[in-house]
Amino acid sequence: MQAHVGGRVERPEGRAKVTGKSVYIADLKVEGAWLGGTVRSDVARGTLRGFDFAPEFDRTRVVIVTPTDIPGENVQALIVDDQPILAAERIEHWGEPLLLVAAPDARTLEAALAAIRPRIDPLPPVLDMELSKHAQKQITIEKGDVDAAIRAAKKNGHIVLEGTYHTDSQEQLYIEPQGCVAFPPDKDGTIVVKGSLQCPHYVRKALVRCFGVTPGQARVVQMETGGGFGGKEEYPSVVACHAALLARAARRPVSMIYDRHEDLAVTPKRHPARVRHKTVVDKHGRLIAMDIDVLLDGGAYTTLSPVVLSRGCIHAAGPYRCENTRIRGRVVATNHVPYGAFRGFGAPQTCFAIERMMDRVARATGIHPFALRHKNMLRVGDSTATGQILKDSVGSAEVLAAVAEKTGIDKHGWCAPRDARAGKARGLGLSFFYHGAGFTGSGEEMLKGRVRIDVLADGRVEVLAGSTEIGQGTNALFLAITAESLGCETADVVVATPDTAHVPDSGPTVASRTCMVVGGCLTKACRELAARVGGDVKRPWRERAREFAQRGGDGQVTVQYSSPKDVVWDDDTYTGDAYPVFGWAADVAEIEVDLVTLEVEVKRFSTAVDVGKAIQPALVEGQIEGGSLQAVGWAHLEVVTTRAGKFEQDRLATCIIPTTLDAPKFDVMLVEIPYAHGPFGAKGVGELPMDGGAPAVVAAIEDAIGVHLTRVPATPERIMEALESASQARKQ
Amino acid sequence: MKAIFDEASAIAVTLTVNGTTSALRVPPLRRLLDVLREDLSLTGTKEGCGEGECGACTVIVDGRAELACMVPVCQVDGAVVRTVESTELESLQNAFLAEGGAQCGICTPGMIVMARAWLAECESAGVAPTVDGAREALAGNLCRCTGYEKILASVMRAAGVKT
Repeated sequence: MQAHVGGRVERPEGRAKVTGKSVYIADLKVEGAWLGGTVRSDVARGTLRGFDFAPEFDRTRVVIVTPTDIPGENVQALIVDDQPILAAERIEHWGEPLLLVAAPDARTLEAALAAIRPRIDPLPPVLDMELSKHAQKQITIEKGDVDAAIRAAKKNGHIVLEGTYHTDSQEQLYIEPQGCVAFPPDKDGTIVVKGSLQCPHYVRKALVRCFGVTPGQARVVQMETGGGFGGKEEYPSVVACHAALLARAARRPVSMIYDRHEDLAVTPKRHPARVRHKTVVDKHGRLIAMDIDVLLDGGAYTTLSPVVLSRGCIHAAGPYRCENTRIRGRVVATNHVPYGAFRGFGAPQTCFAIERMMDRVARATGIHPFALRHKNMLRVGDSTATGQILKDSVGSAEVLAAVAEKTGIDKHGWCAPRDARAGKARGLGLSFFYHGAGFTGSGEEMLKGRVRIDVLADGRVEVLAGSTEIGQGTNALFLAITAESLGCETADVVVATPDTAHVPDSGPTVASRTCMVVGGCLTKACRELAARVGGDVKRPWRERAREFAQRGGDGQVTVQYSSPKDVVWDDDTYTGDAYPVFGWAADVAEIEVDLVTLEVEVKRFSTAVDVGKAIQPALVEGQIEGGSLQAVGWAHLEVVTTRAGKFEQDRLATCIIPTTLDAPKFDVMLVEIPYAHGPFGAKGVGELPMDGGAPAVVAAIEDAIGVHLTRVPATPERIMEALESASQARKQ
Repeated sequence: MKAIFDEASAIAVTLTVNGTTSALRVPPLRRLLDVLREDLSLTGTKEGCGEGECGACTVIVDGRAELACMVPVCQVDGAVVRTVESTELESLQNAFLAEGGAQCGICTPGMIVMARAWLAECESAGVAPTVDGAREALAGNLCRCTGYEKILASVMRAAGVKT
């Protein structure tokens, strides 16, 4: 039989996708559905005094929902209960939802939204995170004695370097905008919401609080979903609550599908960050101490910011050995639209800072950036900033060796004088990074993610999980794992639609956890089922399973995740095993800078990635190429700015992402250092490729034109400013 | 919320979509995209931005690739339209499956249709399709999942060019 794991399984939903038959939320035809819309704040902070209705506006033609129409609590349930479903009085950000309208058709809805004007007394907003006095979460991670190492630096002949790094926000830009269709409560009070979403059980939890119902009375069904990247982790709960409230008030289905403008203007994006480093190194380039200060802008409400800060801080010291490390992190409230989940979840911001600092160390010590990283990289037996001893599946040396062999970066004369032919300068830049797979700390233990398999009457096996297919390949992954584990064909396996009425809560589809955590549970469930079904394994699975079902065998197996016994984490001191295991990677960006326009073109992008085991190599490559291009885009061309708390790039004409012409040629090298507790040795891959692209591209710009940039995106304007200030500094 | 272009009273329009001719009465400024998706129930053509920036709604009108969100239906009366539901796109569809060119799938219909238009153009001009040519041709079709690598590989596979 052909190997499914490591081989090639066709996406079960693939044929429908390429022929246009897939049903995304906007494709769902619902008889009698009305359209829902949102009246929003047009200031960043203020007090809502009421609404003015245009005199010609006919209220009888629409249905309106205000906070008093919320049957449960006016709370957008997530981590902290600080965000209302509709602001009742206090307005904390531009675009905050104030009132909902449903109408029978688009024209009536548009007229209604134009006719309702909120009366708001504006208040001065806090828009600079450095000036915010309200921390949503603070974290300190400490190892060794950083202060003593800094004090003794001079005496010991060590070098002390300081740097401040900024990363701007970034838009997820899934090509399918947010959307839900909600159905009014049935006679049992059950609400049904269908939508474009990553985490059906998160949406269910939000509906339960909003409606004051039991989990059984809130049913959430995922439609085919046109990309997420974190952007459909928490926000679909907002759309779902709004649509469901309107459906209840209108007593009919309500479709709420954002257009691109609304989606860009009000949905959460990557947290802007400022990271300060104070680094002590000896003259051989060995890291002696790292003092790191992380500041994130959380925006108006807490949403997922504490967890983003946590992941960002844990990754802030990079994949490097350093006995004295202190990381202090703070995420603060401002009057920006709440920032939220985006692939990488805080790590791309801190990874950019540490990798830029490593390049500074290289310059200051005269050690090659590659050699410097190789010298300081974590290996098996070393401890991370949280004191986690790395036990196995550490591909640090292997990924560095792979990119070196492919690109010659280890022998490349970094920042050497360059011959700039035809007005263009070429450069190569390196980044080295790791990313924890699964939820941080005790997260997986608290989640208790479950997966179930059932033998159907015809002998096929159904996989039931809350994990969603959002393009990354969950369906094909589950087929491969199940077929390989049971010794059957992929045609013997069906993956159930994530519908909270039928599938168990596997935990959210986030945090690079679907393959390692949920896939791991699936492997165990299959092992148990195979033992139950038994019979001669040379006979086809379906025959054996059908007989097993006919003789009344119990073909239903549920497995709940439990962390490996040796994974220990202390949430109070932020010490211990932050993640069960890490994925490792090294990137080399080859770029060209136009010396007149200062535009950057990324020509080639080589990346070596240790994923433990590539269950489906083609899917893993797809994740790495796509994630890397998002990182490359963030590095130099994806600009997201705000003015008075409002995103300035609120149309696709101004919100830029890479096109085919901006995309480099990718060289993806898969390195497989198996993880003992992962399915077939697999770890996570989803977020990892987002971490290293920005520092690699910016290092390549430095290599090409000698300018040390400390902020992304590195737009031509910013490169010009940096060149000018460098030339000013030389003159003085 | 959807853009509204239904102000004027309906006119008679004939469209031949994927070989089937339909006589419709629609407002003249109704977007071709809405006519396809709503009046003809062909929801394979997607709306990603509604302002001609993302390419998800690309369809072939009388042999040319057009953005269906930017075309008022009155301008294409009598036209022959081809969408992703067309049975003549099989080699591209198979190539996208084989190469992993479709991930979330939302940009895929537009990509496949644009690739078809470009390959037809290459053929009629007697030019051999190249990867660089494909990059130029697909530059108006945004994808956020793939990094484009496997999309380009899919198109080259359908073109019979080894990459």
